[in-house]
Amino acid sequence: MERKTPLYDLHVELGGKIVPFAGYLLPVQYPSGVIHEHMAVRERAGLFDVSHMGEVLFDGEGALATLNHLMANDLTTMVDGQVRYSPMLNEQGGIVDDLVVCRIHEHRYMAVVNAANREKDVRWMRDHLLAGTVMTDVSDDWAQLALQGPKSKEILLKFLPEEALPKKYYYFVTEVEVAGVLCVLSRTGYTGEWGYELYCHPDEAVKLFRALLEAGAEPCGLGARDTLRLEAAMPLYGHEMTDDISPLEAGLAWAVKPEHEFVGREAMLERGTPRTRVGLKVTGKGIVREGQDVYIGADKIGVTTSGTHLPYLGGAYAMALVDSAHAQVGTAVEADVRGRRVAAEIVPLPFYKRAK
Amino acid sequence: MAHIPAELLYTKSHEWVQFTGENTARIGITDFAQNNLGDIVFVNLPAEGDGVTAGEAACDVESVKAVADILSPVTGTVSAANADLESAPEKLNESPYEAWIFEVEDVTDREELLDAAAYEAFCATEEA
Repeated sequence: MERKTPLYDLHVELGGKIVPFAGYLLPVQYPSGVIHEHMAVRERAGLFDVSHMGEVLFDGEGALATLNHLMANDLTTMVDGQVRYSPMLNEQGGIVDDLVVCRIHEHRYMAVVNAANREKDVRWMRDHLLAGTVMTDVSDDWAQLALQGPKSKEILLKFLPEEALPKKYYYFVTEVEVAGVLCVLSRTGYTGEWGYELYCHPDEAVKLFRALLEAGAEPCGLGARDTLRLEAAMPLYGHEMTDDISPLEAGLAWAVKPEHEFVGREAMLERGTPRTRVGLKVTGKGIVREGQDVYIGADKIGVTTSGTHLPYLGGAYAMALVDSAHAQVGTAVEADVRGRRVAAEIVPLPFYKRAK
Repeated sequence: MAHIPAELLYTKSHEWVQFTGENTARIGITDFAQNNLGDIVFVNLPAEGDGVTAGEAACDVESVKAVADILSPVTGTVSAANADLESAPEKLNESPYEAWIFEVEDVTDREELLDAAAYEAFCATEEA
């Protein structure tokens, strides 16, 4: 039985096409459609309900030690109000989940996890708690909205003075009021665009969502969330990352700090990088989607992990996990699309990067 | 409510068919189908001369979200494919009853087809 987020009735009212996703009923798109919503985020501002994401608090003297033991990234250099992305590994060096950790203060952190992995993550983290740490799953206490796009700052400035906004990318502020709703506001996102994520009490989510729409944001569904992150080449758990893919293979070396000790470190280093995540631009006719084998001639070199038509770039693209020996940019490959060979070329990632 | 022209016939897999002569038919997808698929970005057309069989896949269309087989409502030989859709697949969203996909000649068999009223009733059960 799927759960509803606090915004469910509003999604229906707005004409959202509701689908089950990670145990929740969420809009895959509104009547304007995926392409329109995608372009809204690239050119204007889009608003997403991401209340399905899980939030887990870590409190106490041992909180930092616990998190740094669990995370492949190094959290010891963080300051209050900072956010850091990290993969969390299993004992085999594969990825349990990827998450962001917010440092509220020295002895209090909030981890934001993928909805589909929430129960698995909570079990895994509970099994690895160090002394002096209290872990609390507070997912049901928070609604989360993502306001993304070049006009997102302008929209927030209708409610807040400039100095109330987070100063830098991957920083957050607490106890700001947006349209009369108390929020945690972070400059983070999953679209490759300038944007913010707002956390508030579930009872206030509808009020906040409506106010942001009123101020000019356009509602966007899961469909656009996926095409936007794919265009920006951001990996998605269950696709580019799984229990059997290491963060080094997934192209996340920048978020792995092997100088510190963490769960899965030795296994990850031992495995090395027999496979590499690459970007494919489809040069033939058709759409390449996930789970399609990638070939050079008769030799299978890997498999696609995500792929579709990308609206801003206006073409078909995919990401794939391929043998590292064949991962060079410029390599001509073919994808097996339901028995038909479709030509593609390995191109640099990300496909799309926001102009500074 | 999806638009359903009275003069066409329909399949339960949401294709429309128009018999343009004794043994020739023109085939496309319905408004209901395009609305369910969302933004269509590619049409993999059948080739002229391909044999098609009633109730079996003749070609496919891809939206941002998914791929869908187009089942031929009739058995026969493909006599034409709408090449305009190669550069403008979005026409299937914009005007699904003008944007035909392929034509079949030498029609020897057909699926059980619905008239507009029966198709409308069928769509209502699909939406429920």
